[in-house]
Amino acid sequence: MEILLLQIFIPLIAALIILVSGKTIVRGLAGAFSLVSLLITVYLYLNFTPDATTQFLVDLAWIPQFGIHFKAGVDGISMVLLLLTNLLIPIIVLSSFKQDVKDQNAFYALIFFMQSGLLIVFTALDAFLFYIGWEVALIPVYFICALWGGENRIKVNLKFFVYTIAGSLLMLLAIIYLHLQTPGNSYDIAEFYKLELDSVTQGWIFWAFFIAFAIKMPVFPFHTWQPDTYTEAPTTGTMLLAGIMLKMGIYGVIRWLIPVAPLGFQAWGETALILSVIGVVYASIIAFTQNDIKRLIAYSSIAHVGLISAGIFAWNVQGLQGAMIQMLNHGINVVGMFFIADIIIRRLNTRDLSLMGGIAKPAPMLAIAFLIVLLGTVALPLTNGFVGEFLLLMGVYNFNIWYAAIAGLTIILGAVYMLRMYQKVMLGQVNTSTSAFLDLDGTEKSVLLIISVLIIFIGVYPQPILNISEAAVINLLDQVNQKILVK
Amino acid sequence: MINLVWLIPLFPLLGFLINGLGRNTLSKTVVGFVGCLTVLASFAVSIGIFLELNSSETKSFIIPIFDWISAGSVKIPFSFLVDPLSALMLLIVTGIGFLIHVYSTGYMHHDAGFGKFFSYLNLFIFFMLLLVLGSNYVVMFIGWEGVGLCSYLLIGFWFSNSAYASAAKKAFVMNRIGDLGFLIAVFLIFTTFNSVEFASVFPQAANMASGDSTLILITALLFVGAIGKSAQIPLFTWLPDAMAGPTPVSALIHAATMVTAGIYMIARSNILFTLAPETLGVVSIIGLATLFLAAAIAVSQTDIKKVLAYSTVSQLGYMFLGLGVGAYTGAFFHVITHAFFKALLFLGAGSVIHAMSNEQDMRNMGGLKKKLPVTFLTMMIGTIAIAGLPPFSGFFSKDEILAHVYEHNKVFWVIAVIGAMFTAFYMFRMMFLTFNGGFRGTTDQEHHLHESPASMTIPLIVLAVLSALGGLIGIPAVLGGGHWLESFLAPVFAVSATKTGAMTLDHTTEYILMAISVAAALIAMLYAYSRYVKQAHVPADDRTDRGMLARLSYNKFYVDEVYNSLITRPLDALSGFFYKTVDKAGIDGIVNGFGKGAVEASKGFRLLQTGMVGFYIFMMVAGILALLFYSMYKI
Repeated sequence: MEILLLQIFIPLIAALIILVSGKTIVRGLAGAFSLVSLLITVYLYLNFTPDATTQFLVDLAWIPQFGIHFKAGVDGISMVLLLLTNLLIPIIVLSSFKQDVKDQNAFYALIFFMQSGLLIVFTALDAFLFYIGWEVALIPVYFICALWGGENRIKVNLKFFVYTIAGSLLMLLAIIYLHLQTPGNSYDIAEFYKLELDSVTQGWIFWAFFIAFAIKMPVFPFHTWQPDTYTEAPTTGTMLLAGIMLKMGIYGVIRWLIPVAPLGFQAWGETALILSVIGVVYASIIAFTQNDIKRLIAYSSIAHVGLISAGIFAWNVQGLQGAMIQMLNHGINVVGMFFIADIIIRRLNTRDLSLMGGIAKPAPMLAIAFLIVLLGTVALPLTNGFVGEFLLLMGVYNFNIWYAAIAGLTIILGAVYMLRMYQKVMLGQVNTSTSAFLDLDGTEKSVLLIISVLIIFIGVYPQPILNISEAAVINLLDQVNQKILVK
Repeated sequence: MINLVWLIPLFPLLGFLINGLGRNTLSKTVVGFVGCLTVLASFAVSIGIFLELNSSETKSFIIPIFDWISAGSVKIPFSFLVDPLSALMLLIVTGIGFLIHVYSTGYMHHDAGFGKFFSYLNLFIFFMLLLVLGSNYVVMFIGWEGVGLCSYLLIGFWFSNSAYASAAKKAFVMNRIGDLGFLIAVFLIFTTFNSVEFASVFPQAANMASGDSTLILITALLFVGAIGKSAQIPLFTWLPDAMAGPTPVSALIHAATMVTAGIYMIARSNILFTLAPETLGVVSIIGLATLFLAAAIAVSQTDIKKVLAYSTVSQLGYMFLGLGVGAYTGAFFHVITHAFFKALLFLGAGSVIHAMSNEQDMRNMGGLKKKLPVTFLTMMIGTIAIAGLPPFSGFFSKDEILAHVYEHNKVFWVIAVIGAMFTAFYMFRMMFLTFNGGFRGTTDQEHHLHESPASMTIPLIVLAVLSALGGLIGIPAVLGGGHWLESFLAPVFAVSATKTGAMTLDHTTEYILMAISVAAALIAMLYAYSRYVKQAHVPADDRTDRGMLARLSYNKFYVDEVYNSLITRPLDALSGFFYKTVDKAGIDGIVNGFGKGAVEASKGFRLLQTGMVGFYIFMMVAGILALLFYSMYKI
């Protein structure tokens, strides 16, 4: 059997097994299966040649009468996202052991269900398959948020769901339209790439895809579902959404949006870049005065994702490579951030920053871990965030110095809201509820140790990760630039 | 030996790891030994490198460590540069760093966070060494931001005090404003020279025309970075607040080393600045304004550390003024002498505070010279040195700057000399208030007064010797010296020197200038003596009504208050506006409008359905999966 099929379907099998397994072994099974996926990814990585080719190709006629193929493969760009997904799922699963979850079978089954969808999205070379993966990833997270979320979960979740479905539908329309334009009515990405549509049509395609992806990331002004959802979702759901799922949108822009509609990109790319840059500053400023710790992190995530998006639309090697590595970094950091927030919320029963303070004294281990994750988030050199932000800002700079100067404000603004949060939570005097704060326990320590090590390791030695995607990124750039230049 | 330069940052990094991991298990003695010895080891290697460089024909060595970041044409190696400038800076950082580590074993002995303190201190030394050693702007930037982090951690060392935690945050944020300038300068350097390596950038820049607009922009942006790190107008207000940190930190980070990074960076980039005379003009004006404003604030401060903090801001202003008029050697000379005497003064102040049971208000001191004779004598040497009285070190470095300023702009010179008068005044005022007259503190404090232990006084003595004799490395020709420093640094500034030409002042003018500045300092000293010793004047308490000027100075010209109402509060208001009005009511309102419309429209269709959305979705996914497995099975 093809190794890539194994990679994609093992989580699905895991979901089915977990659904029917005994309660006592659910967590063990979940941990084990998440590690199996990671091991397969490691195997793929070790056998991966970092050139521009697509490897581990699978191409099965799925519903041939409609031109639908199960066609998937891994190039450098996909490889990074496989790493991201399968590295974070074990961490997220491990962190969820701290949650008091009812109906664990369904909970973990949904996580693995989603993982399968994500892996399809990140490897699909057939538009229909991509769309299926997109929806398969969305639905489980909808249930996770709806069934295990906070008080306002139903209302908030409906908005989240309607938002994303609306985006998906636009994308589906675009895909079907493109499908009908291909000579043999194909969904094959290679056929989509070959299309020579006029620039007005490509403009429509651009917007249809862009809105779908912009909602998912989210990019300003398509973001208003995000703070509510991140806040109300159970922490595991938030981690899945922010750590991995939003990368579907970013990946979509790189793999589908720009290469499929290069002329649309040529016409509208700068608009998208400007929206992204606005989002960076806008969300950062909002984060200044948030008093809900999860909501604050949610807005900070909008700012960071905005920068990634801006780097992509700048469309050069630095911007794209920055986006690639920053997708991984953001995943690691935001999962760490939400995990820390969750530890604090569980101990204090509140998300309100004004009720916290002084925790560094009773919990020095947490203080160190929190600081390391924070430094990665504010992109201090020798942490992972710096490598990504440096390349992203350089990419934006190569496009336009002023956009870079404005997006670069994130360096200052990020420090403001992050340090404010750190001060409100960790520093100052303890109060009656924080004075007896328990420091990290075994599981929490392991999760945060893994995250901290990753943050520093990637910051000091990012080259192995940059090497994975460089050839594929340059190849994609050439491909699109040729089309833009020909016109 | 030079090939072993990587050992220099490695030792403190190991110290950081050992003390950081063992902060709860290792004894204070072990922690102190690890902390001090790692820095001493770096100092030893630095001496070896210095000696080798001094006798070597080649004056610049690049030592690659590994490839750090590469993306497309951007290649950023992690590599080190050893040349006269970095070699001297290594000696300062590790040498003074070592003395301050030793001092800290005494000063912090009773603190519960002893291990944490030493691990932070070692981490700081590590980053400072990266800053100094980096062979390109990005590695320099690692150190640049890393020292900012350590500064944050150490200012907020006693984080239970919210004011201290706020001071730490303020320092980090203000530094980051500068860092953005630095970062954009790096991008611009890369697009202009296709490299960020000093060895590649500077020769290319040397061929560019003076006044080239790109060079002006690059240097202006780099200077923004320097303003943040070296606490110049308008980003200076974090430094006085940084005094919240333990006093050895103030001595090491906020006086001797980190805050001079801006001067180091400009001296390093001297060729870029020489070819951007417009930027140099701005540098000199900012330096001049800062040295004067800070000195004018220092004259009425009552907290002994605040006096020294504003003094540091002011002295940094002198260094920038020196850079601005092209006196690169003079500015760097002042970096060195200032490191000696300001570290000494801060450590001396620490000794006083230690003896006074953490009292920092000079109004409650007085008459300490009998109880703290070593502290008094060594601080007096530091005071004479900073006041610019010969033959102590500050005289030589300050006069070298002033001579260049005079040649450049007479008005600037006058203001700088008045600044020097202020300097002498506030320093002697501080000394007299602290050490002369009768004791004004509580009887408890008086009972507890004692000279500090040897671990603290020995560093004071060593620094006092350096403050007294440090000027010998740069005795100018006019005073019969060979100016060793100038010839040692000549390779670093060689290209700039060919563009600007040497100073043309004749010896008579130089003698007169020296005489004037010495006389000015003496007058200020005598005035301070008559006011604080003869008349035994003590500054009034906070509630007293002061005259307009005195009130402005005492309240630091209300700069913090102005920033607060012009920047902080409007930004907070903007945040609330964006959140409540734009996000919640505006964008989300529109979205919800769509949603409501859709719900109304779907009411009719809903009757056809059971309404179990979740059920349908599961069926849909199950269907897809069944289809998938079916088709795959078929194949």
